Amino acid sequence: MSETLEAPAMRTTEAPPIVEARGVSRRFAKTLDFAAKLARRLGVKVREEVVHAVDGVDLAIRRGEVVGLVGESGCGKSTLGRMIAGILPPSDGVILSHGRDLRSLDGPEARRVKLATQMIFQDPYASLNPRLKVEEIVGEAPLVHGLARRSELAAYVDEQLRRAGLDPALKKRYPHQFSGGQRQRIGIARALAVQPDFLVCDEAVAALDVSIQAQILNLFMKLRKELDLTYLFISHDLGVVEHLSDRVVIMYLGRVVEEAPAEEVFRSPNHPYTQALLAEVPRIDARKRSFAGVQGEIPSPLNPPSGCHFHPRCPHAMERCKLERPALKAIAPGRRSACHLNDLA
Amino acid sequence: MTPPTLEVRNLRTHFFTRAGVVKAVDDVSFTVERGKVLGLVGESGSGKTVTGFSILGLVDPPGRITGGQILFKGTDLATLSEAQMRDLRGNRIAMIFQDPMMTLNPVLRIDTQMIETVLAHARVSRAEARQRARDALGQVGIPSPEERLAAYPHQFSGGMRQRVAIAIALLHKPDLIIADEPTTALDVTIQGQILAEAQKLCTQYGTALIWITHDLSVVAGLADDIAVMYAGKVAESGPVSEVLDAPLHPYTRGLIGSVPSRNHRGAPLSQIPGMTPSLLNLPPGCAFRARCPRAEARCAEPPPFAEYLPGRHARCIHPHLAEVAAA
Repeated sequence: MSETLEAPAMRTTEAPPIVEARGVSRRFAKTLDFAAKLARRLGVKVREEVVHAVDGVDLAIRRGEVVGLVGESGCGKSTLGRMIAGILPPSDGVILSHGRDLRSLDGPEARRVKLATQMIFQDPYASLNPRLKVEEIVGEAPLVHGLARRSELAAYVDEQLRRAGLDPALKKRYPHQFSGGQRQRIGIARALAVQPDFLVCDEAVAALDVSIQAQILNLFMKLRKELDLTYLFISHDLGVVEHLSDRVVIMYLGRVVEEAPAEEVFRSPNHPYTQALLAEVPRIDARKRSFAGVQGEIPSPLNPPSGCHFHPRCPHAMERCKLERPALKAIAPGRRSACHLNDLA
Repeated sequence: MTPPTLEVRNLRTHFFTRAGVVKAVDDVSFTVERGKVLGLVGESGSGKTVTGFSILGLVDPPGRITGGQILFKGTDLATLSEAQMRDLRGNRIAMIFQDPMMTLNPVLRIDTQMIETVLAHARVSRAEARQRARDALGQVGIPSPEERLAAYPHQFSGGMRQRVAIAIALLHKPDLIIADEPTTALDVTIQGQILAEAQKLCTQYGTALIWITHDLSVVAGLADDIAVMYAGKVAESGPVSEVLDAPLHPYTRGLIGSVPSRNHRGAPLSQIPGMTPSLLNLPPGCAFRARCPRAEARCAEPPPFAEYLPGRHARCIHPHLAEVAAA
């Protein structure tokens, strides 16, 4: 176990982005029901409730990178991940996958670009069809997309399963016959069966026990090295993100608040929210410490605070923070932060 | 000398199912002193929750406590009648669940539920009970408690609901609180707030706390002592710092190695091979031996739960003593 699974080489600056989000927003509106529409016609003030799940996010992921996307529940990290994976269209903005705008593509080309990005989901119990055998789950997509011929399919599936650390002898079984960790391996084998180069992992280890989580994290790192994969790793667990990522993006209420190389952000966080978040993470090497807790609740994304979303909980909030949305600005090479305090320095 | 708040000796809780006997808790022993926090750690199915339920006498058939003693301030809980137990539960011993909706009734207002809890164990007027409920809400950091008393559980966020559940547990200033994964479903910043409340509780009222969790990092920051469970048994127990710095049991060692930490970024985690065994018809001997790097023929014999160092127990015949000496 002496070999390190470090990145093949940190190609952070020169490599072109494999996926890029430009000014991406996503709104979810709760449409009014009949009674509410009627009430509105009668002059009662009711309006549609709109959640700004993701609000004007720019993000570029370069080939070969592992980007960790961190935030608390409701911050829009899963929505952003789904848009980047191409399974949810943005309300505004553009997603460029392999340099191409996903919306402008159709036909075989769209299929090819979309196949190159695959997603791994949190819940290994809900993301596998319970009525299909493992070999069908893993083999269906490569067959449909012509990546494997029917005559070679069995061998192809075996290879995928073996790579994900599963015994091919188990391929006639159904998902319910597997444990959580093994199911997550099936999900990984399924994603890799269409030969993607970019994986979006949405809380992929959150539902697993610690010892199983370690196995899956090791598998992710091994596959990255073997297949030269790029990851967007979405997680609320800062320990996992720190362990795995080259670069970390932190979101709060639909916006990116900070973006930096992993080492730097954990050593010297810039944004007050990042600082608070890191201070609260329990660490196995921090003994009998006293917890303080960030003041206040996470506001509802239905009605986010004005200006900087974090200002009601921020210990450094100024008048300006209530009025003006801070822009995500470069504060050092490779580091961006959205905080008005950086203008004071 | 006053007896410890809780002493569990060789507790066994077995479930007699049609498929066989599930030994969910099998020979578990630990002690919690007044004002101290015990972290009860283990992976899913290790028996940590059933241990908590057994202490409260909440094990339902086909489960049954089949052996051992639970001494609460020196009194064996097995000798108490159901009425005496009921008087203890929610009064001297309280439980906080992972899902606060296990504590809260969704169709009743918070004040109704809290006043009911106060009146169940204290002879006070309704107004006095309401006053106590309001104080408890304020204590756990719920803003404007007077107004929030009139709210229903669904009007609270997840973190706030957990605070209400904690406030209910606090109403009678219990001697012992059993908290079963109370922060697992919460966000990091909210978890920090709840952990801060828990710490305050122990120092202010001398409440003893059993914090059941799968998260070693939380235990590291919160607990005084730790008991690591595996397959229904305590694999290792002792003071948190000593156990985490130099574990005796190979399982504890593997578990700690599995936690991503800042010291070896990007390096492979030292994973434990295989998976947790089914508790149904578990073979005798050490339950961890199939996954253990140190396993040998003698491990097929049940290992004793021995005190290898002062205050430190491990259920293993080849503990990592050399590493402890080196640390």
